[in-house]
Amino acid sequence: MVEPGIQVRLFQKEPIPLNIELSCQSGEVVALVGPSGSGKTTVLRSIAGLYTPEQGSIVCQQETWLDSSSHICKPTHQRTVGLVFQNYALFPHFTALDNVIQALSHLPKQQRQERGIELLDKVHLKGLEKRYPRTLSGGQQQRVAVARALARDPKVLLLDEPFSAVDQVTRRRLYRELIELRRSLSMPIIIVTHDLDEATLLADRLYILHRGITLQKGPPLAVAAHPVSALVARLMNQQNIFTAQIIEHDLDRQKTLLRWQGLVLEARLQSDYIAGQQVCWMIQPATVLLHRRDRRSNGERENPLSGTIIEYYILGGYANIVIRVDKKLNINITMTVPLHVAQRNRLDYGEKITISLLAAGIHLMPYTELRDTKWNQI
Amino acid sequence: MDIEALFLSIKLGALTVLILLPIGIYTGRFLAYSQFYGKSVVQALLAVPLILPPTVLGYYLLVGLGGQSSLGVWIESVLGHSLVFSFEGLVIASVLFNLPFAIQPTQRAFEAIPREIREAASCCGLQPLIVLWRIELPLAWPGIISAMVMTFAHTLGEFGVVLMVGGNIPGETKTLAIAIYDRVQAFDNDAAAIMSAFLLAFSIITISFTYLITDRSNRDYG
Repeated sequence: MVEPGIQVRLFQKEPIPLNIELSCQSGEVVALVGPSGSGKTTVLRSIAGLYTPEQGSIVCQQETWLDSSSHICKPTHQRTVGLVFQNYALFPHFTALDNVIQALSHLPKQQRQERGIELLDKVHLKGLEKRYPRTLSGGQQQRVAVARALARDPKVLLLDEPFSAVDQVTRRRLYRELIELRRSLSMPIIIVTHDLDEATLLADRLYILHRGITLQKGPPLAVAAHPVSALVARLMNQQNIFTAQIIEHDLDRQKTLLRWQGLVLEARLQSDYIAGQQVCWMIQPATVLLHRRDRRSNGERENPLSGTIIEYYILGGYANIVIRVDKKLNINITMTVPLHVAQRNRLDYGEKITISLLAAGIHLMPYTELRDTKWNQI
Repeated sequence: MDIEALFLSIKLGALTVLILLPIGIYTGRFLAYSQFYGKSVVQALLAVPLILPPTVLGYYLLVGLGGQSSLGVWIESVLGHSLVFSFEGLVIASVLFNLPFAIQPTQRAFEAIPREIREAASCCGLQPLIVLWRIELPLAWPGIISAMVMTFAHTLGEFGVVLMVGGNIPGETKTLAIAIYDRVQAFDNDAAAIMSAFLLAFSIITISFTYLITDRSNRDYG
């Protein structure tokens, strides 16, 4: 049975290696995340028909757009896609309204103007219909690009780093608008981004791409908490990645014991690994527990460590803290705490603190040599 | 002022522009958007008339289209007359000589359109010919206009190639530039001065017009 939504399979060796299989259901938002050169934009361009891979198949809403085995490759104008380009690619010689009208050729002429105005209204651009792109702000241009992409009633909506060219304040407003807009959209939506926070905020599922292959897919929070490898963890911008050795599994307490830098750590039970095996492990900054100076809490018994704050900076209402663990000078642990908690505990650069690595937050991954010695100190 | 020569020059210029407009758009666009083996050689060949002395091009056309060459004999058998020392021959010479003036600015104008703009047009569902008509031509138009204005002005000023291929036949091949030379030879400096002043003024106006539309385009869409 053919599924609704879009199914994409792409394979090629050169010039950009690709071996990707992805799907996105109707109404779902999928984010393709990865560093530059990971192939994420190439996937998007392949779906739009702006790039033809060596081999592959693309089936969108039960319509075959690409099937290299049957030599089917529909040109872009025959694929009903809506694509928002990174720099919006508005037609400079047309007004905002005329930009949208260009994508309405499937409607009778007399309906196009009205529908164009409706679409601009939908993206909060009422009254700016007659303005040329050069007279619009970055955020307004992005909205015109979204309205134009939606004008064709696309079978799939593609967004290529759509927020990278606007300032932080505008970006937050556009995030809210997109979240609100997607509720009214029923097509699959695929967004390319290198910003993990953006992907986590907007997407139902992530695809982590690296050098043209999918390393992991899944809901953003699940991928962030349980990366399948140290590489994915690093791509997910995880700071606390280390190596250790499995001592044993304590099935009664549902714990796995690790030897790490001469210490014994308790992690949640992860019995896929055997005793004596070398592993990588990570812990998200949010599951590093700060010991309060005024009152003890339950979690403090789990893997307590003490250290000195060597980095302290505030970002978006959170204090980002890097602690150098006392006895092991080459080990740094990164954690984030809400600003009010940091202030209440008088945290600052050079202060000594104690923390707990919550066992539930310790995630094990197959062993990889963490060659870059500075890696732990990012 | 030799009015007959002036009208002949304008007729030659207009015909050259008319022929080179589609050639310039097609070739300029093709060179702007296509990558192929030997592209730089093709571009170099198209640019040769820029550095080749006009008399050299005129000489090869004279030899190639003349009664001694097999091509010339064949053309004469088809048309009933030789292309050498005829207006049609002048048009061919003028088209060849102006190829770089028509193609190069057009190619640059198409190259200046960001790839994403063309791709966005395809994503809007527009067919390639409509993309050309609605998106590419309006954006490349200032470049195309200046190419054609330059071609026209350049045709008006052609001397060497016209003299070689066309000679100096009043009403047939005697253009304004030839007429100036002709008048100077006859010590009629007054007539030569008037025609020279006309060509000078025309050159200044056309080049100013070209800069004006380029500037306006940069201001509007830049």
